[in-house]
Order: sequence, then structure tokens, then C-alpha cells
Amino acid sequence: MRVEQNTNILIAGSSPHLKSDSTARKIMLDVIIAMLPVTAAAIYFFGIKAVLVIAVTTAACVLAEFIMNKIMKKPVTIGDLSAVVTGMLLAFNLPPNIPLWMAAVGGAFAIIVVKQLFGGLGMNFINPALSARAFLMASWPVAMTTWTEPLVDTISSATPLAILKGSETAGVALPSLLSLFTGSVAGSLGETSALAILIGAAYMLVRRVITFEIPTAYIGTVALTSWVLGGSTLFTGNVLYHLLAGGLMLGAFFMATDYPTSPITARGKIVFGIGCGLLTTIIRLYGGYPEGVCYSILIMNLTVPLIDKFLIPKSFGGE
Amino acid sequence: MGKPVKSIRGGVSIPHHKNTENYATEIMGVPRRVIIPMVQHIGAPCQPIVQKGDLVKVGQKIGSSSAAISSPVHSSVSGTVVDIRPILYAGGTEVISVEIESDGTQQVHESVQPPQLGDREALINAIRESGLVGLGGAGFPTAVKLSPPKDKKLDLLIINGAECESYITSDYREMIENPDSVIEGVRIIMELTGIPKALIGIESNKPEAIRLLSERIAGDKAIDIITLKTRYPQGGEKQLIYAVTGRKVPTGRLPSDVGVLVHNVATVSFIAGFVKTGMPLIKKKVTVDGPAIATPKNVEILIGTPIREVFDFCGGFSGKPGKIIMGGPMMGVAQFSLENTVIKQTNALLVFTEEIARIPAEIACIKCSRCVAACPMNLLPLYFNACTEKGMFKRLQDLHVLDCIECGCCSYVCPSARRLVQSIRYGKAELRKLAQEVK
Repeated sequence: MRVEQNTNILIAGSSPHLKSDSTARKIMLDVIIAMLPVTAAAIYFFGIKAVLVIAVTTAACVLAEFIMNKIMKKPVTIGDLSAVVTGMLLAFNLPPNIPLWMAAVGGAFAIIVVKQLFGGLGMNFINPALSARAFLMASWPVAMTTWTEPLVDTISSATPLAILKGSETAGVALPSLLSLFTGSVAGSLGETSALAILIGAAYMLVRRVITFEIPTAYIGTVALTSWVLGGSTLFTGNVLYHLLAGGLMLGAFFMATDYPTSPITARGKIVFGIGCGLLTTIIRLYGGYPEGVCYSILIMNLTVPLIDKFLIPKSFGGE
Repeated sequence: MGKPVKSIRGGVSIPHHKNTENYATEIMGVPRRVIIPMVQHIGAPCQPIVQKGDLVKVGQKIGSSSAAISSPVHSSVSGTVVDIRPILYAGGTEVISVEIESDGTQQVHESVQPPQLGDREALINAIRESGLVGLGGAGFPTAVKLSPPKDKKLDLLIINGAECESYITSDYREMIENPDSVIEGVRIIMELTGIPKALIGIESNKPEAIRLLSERIAGDKAIDIITLKTRYPQGGEKQLIYAVTGRKVPTGRLPSDVGVLVHNVATVSFIAGFVKTGMPLIKKKVTVDGPAIATPKNVEILIGTPIREVFDFCGGFSGKPGKIIMGGPMMGVAQFSLENTVIKQTNALLVFTEEIARIPAEIACIKCSRCVAACPMNLLPLYFNACTEKGMFKRLQDLHVLDCIECGCCSYVCPSARRLVQSIRYGKAELRKLAQEVK
């Protein structure tokens, strides 16, 4: 073909002229895939209730995003799948018995107040799913702390951490470490099975959706501090129990690694992870709640701009 | 053969697309006319020293400058100067250019004589007069680098054969086709500069070049080959120096500040040829490739040849061209006209179809920090983007924007397809404006 005929319009523009095939939607899809083992475990242990809660929060988040896009006359962004991720994560943080309308309110709060009112994708300053959980906790504390036993659907007295804390649960036996690992204990839908969470986490690490800094610093700090301070005397804490019980695994891999609410540099991520770990142990051991993952991550979210501001790296060859 | 002492920071794995690696260089004929710009280098522009109507011959100097940092320009054909006019180039600047109609005889100018050997100053001056600039793409006058200030003690010559960009194989072909010339050029520079040791850095995806050059240096303890990891931008000057020596070139300083001199393989190979023939830099080895090129080739092209004729030589376009890039896809410059010509720094001409030329639409930054992880200079590209959009140009400086080498890794990895490099360039330009206002 002669060259003359074909060059009416050439695209100009700054280099680079090559782009990887990575997109925000693909990343969100990877997160959703990573959440499937957790979803499966939730359904296995808590049955149809898990299905309903996950479906309701996800639908609420997607619908809320769609409506907000329309009201604010912005392009519809539900296609980037980030609302689906928020919805599923919120469900993972709710007790199986939560009334479905409450779950829906939580989803709407996460998307409308925390995400869209602050500017939408990438602009939320705290984790939407966790802030919705905190909002529900403050609004309906009884419904948010009524737990069910796995597999049998009877009202349970307490989660493992509450038993460990021993406040109003004297005499209740602690579940075995194996039950904690597989997830056969009372707790929020997605937090009980460390096994399922680790499978999902491995997938995200392999796909480089997340990096190791935050989970390692977070879990490592909780391990160290609960070993030192968690027992009746120093250095006698039950480390494995503190790692596997409660929402630590879910929080460390799925919540603390949320992009907009975690630092951008490797050093910053480590500082952030350590901060989350310290706060979690402090709340668990000395706070009013048996569990501290949700609030520690939310509090550390607020410090992210500060961490990023103070940890601007030296450039390569810089002073 | 040696190994690198360090890994570069960040970087990305880009598709190699070295489709033309086994295509021997073909020599393209003499074009009917050439257009030769007076700026093909970093430094002061040349002034034309010929006039409309003048007869010129191959190798005749047609533009020069008295500035210390500049590089003369020569005619690549014999023929008649038909026009001297400013032409708008892809960088957005107008450059005085000399248009010469070729008479097809390629008569060589009398001034083209092998340079005198033995006299160091004379040879460096001859190299200056040859119009040689760094052929890796930056185009810094070579002679300037060969005569560094006396207080800078150089102990290592690094030859850049990394060729880490996609598609481009012109340096690779030079190493395959003229390995003796490459090694001889290295030895000439070592002698000229008194540098006792040379290391040739080549990415591991070019085993044949490594083998051929290794054969040529067998027994020579002063020259060694370093097999670099194949990772973009391994061939960035600061990255290469770090990988090979572990030395970091400080911000705003030159390789000579850490005792190193870096030259590209094509540059040193040219020197070896120049010493024999005295022919100035009038032609370039160029990779012509891309999904919309009918017959990808490596082509030896006379400087000043319109790229339209180069594409014709390669069978034209195989589809509707969307973007024409001079250089590699990561750092090359998109051309807006087929009348633009091959210049000294041209090492590739790529034609992309519209489909791959269109970068997807930008969406909001999700702060995934992939750009931070990919930046070989340890910078925060997402902040540059945000500050530029908000007009906070002074803040860019605090974030070390001037250290950015514009390698494109950040934009390449960005899942939101944000135009990070573009905003960095814009921000740098605004900073320069601010600095001028202060003066």
C-alpha cells in the first residue's frame, strides 16, 4: 500500500505510547475473585443468611452508587466494580443475624456518605465498608453484637475474643485453634475463616493487587504485642489465638490494604501497618470492646495524609 | 563476563517486540531530496553556512555554531540547496532547516579525510567536527563528553548496549553486524580519555550480541561485558551506572561526578568508522517496525530523509496508521507529519494502528501506588499529577519533579490511565517559566 493514502489524521500526544492492560476494573475484579473463598466459607458456616446479607449489601452499594451518579449528574461508575467490592466487604463485617434492612442502610451509608460525598472512586478518606460497620455499631449495637453459632444457627453468647476477654462470659469454653483457623466459630460473616482469607490473600499477593508491607507489619505487630502484653504476666500471651480470632486476618489483608486509605510508599505502609497493630492490641486488651480491628484501621486511615506527607522519599541520587 | 552489582529501583517489564532482531540492516537508496534541521542535538543551534542555490557534496558541513556545546551538521547527499526555512518539528519548536535536492551522484566532499591519529586534542576536535552526538537518543555532543573538566577523575567507561525499549533493535544489529567496530571504538575512547577500564552493559535478551562481543574481547582484561537484567529502563544513564557500579549519580550532577563516562554502542562504533574514513555523521541505522508497517526492517538511512520515503521503502502501511513514533514507544516522540525527517538521534520509526495508539480514557486516581513502586527515580508520580492539575507548581519542586527522567513507567502501569508523564512535562515547563519570571 502506498503511503500517501492513509494518513489524514495522526494521533499525537506525550510518551509513553504504550500502556499495560491493567485497569481499575480488573483490579476490582481480582479483589472480588479473592473474596470468593471467604464468601464460600461464610455460606458454608452461616447458610442462607450469609447469601442474603451479602446480596443485600452488594445490591445496596451498587444501587446507591448508581443513584448518586445520577443525582450528581456524573458518569455512571458502577462498571468499575468498586461498589461491589465495598458491598461484599461490608457484608463480611456484619453478624449473620443482622436484619437485612439494616445491612442495606449500611451499604447506602458507605457509598453515599463516605464515598460519593467525598468525590467518589479514590477520594474516600476512610474505608467505606468499615465506616459503615462503625455507623451500624453506633446505631444498632444490639443487632451488631448478636452472634450465631456456625453450622447450627443458634444464638451464641459470644465471639472467641469476647470469651478471651472474659467480661460477661465467664465459664464459656474457648473454641479450639483449629476451629478458629477453619472458621467454625461465632463472628462476622467473613472474618471467621482464616483459611479462606489466606487463600484470597495469596491470590491478591500473586496478582500484585496488594503488597506484603501492610499485612506483614499489621499482623506482626499484633503478634508481638499480644505475646508481650496478652497474658497474665509479660511474654505469655496466646499469640496464635490473637491472630486467628476476630477480624485481624480480614482486616489486615482486605481492609487495611484499601488503596485510597493507605499510604503510597513502602515505608509509609509499614508505619501504617504497625499503627494498626498497636491500636488493635490496645483496644483488645485495654479497651471497652473485645475487638479492635475496625476502629484501629479507621483511626489509622485518618493518619494517612500525615504519614504520606512526612515520608516523602529521597529521590534516587537525591540528598 | 560480569554480572551487575545492583538491581535498578522500580522499572517495569514491557513487551519486547524485538521483531526485527534477525533482520540484517538494509541500505536505503538516496532520496530525491533531504531536509536537514540545524538542531539535532542538545546545545546551541547551528547556523546554516550554505545559501540557497549552493552546490553541496556528501559530508560537507552545512551548519555550525561557535558555542561550546553544539554539534555541526553535514549534508548527507550531493546536490543543490533549494531552500532554507524554519520547519515546525514534533517537539513543538520551529527549527531552521536546509533542504537539498539530490543529484544522485553522491560525490564526496574534499574535506572528508581520515583524521590525524596520535594527537589527542586533534582527534577530539575531529570528532567534534564529525557532528557526532550521543546516538542512544539524547543527542549530547560526544566531543564535549570526551573532554571533561580536568578536576574530574574518570576511572570507568560504560558502554550502553542495554537497548531496553520495545521494538528497537538498531543497536543490537550494530553489535551483531559490526562487533569489531564497537570494540575498536571502545579502545579509541579509552585511549583518548585515559580511562583504564571499560564495561559494556547488554540486556540478557541479547545473548548473540553478548557472545560476539565476548569473543572480541577475549584476553583483554581492560574490557568486560555485563549481562544486565532485562527490565525497562535498564538503559537509563543513571540506572545503568547504578546497576554496573553501584554508584548513584547525585541529583543535578553528571556521570563524571562519580568517575564514569557513558557512551552508547552506536556512538562508539561510529568513532571507529570515522577514524578510518573521516566521513561525518550523515546516516543512521533505524528500526522501522510496528503493527501498521507492511515489512518491518532495519534500515540504514541518510539523515534528512523524509519519513514518508522510509515507510515506502518498508512496503508502506499494512493498515490505517494511528500514530507514528520516532524512537521507542516508552520515550519516543509522536510525529504529526510524514514530511518530518530522520535526524541524528532517530533510532526507530514505529507505526501503530489506531487501535493500540489510543490510550484509554482517564479515570480518577485510585491511589494504588503502582506508579510509586514503578518509578526508577523513587518519585511520587501521582502527586505530580495532582499538583499540576491544581496549579501547585512550586510544590512539584519540593517533590523532586526535576529528577524525573520521563521514562514512562508510571503512565505505563497506571490502571486509571492517567497521563502522568504528560502532567510532569507540563509541570516542569511551568516551573521553568516561574524561574524565568524570578530572574
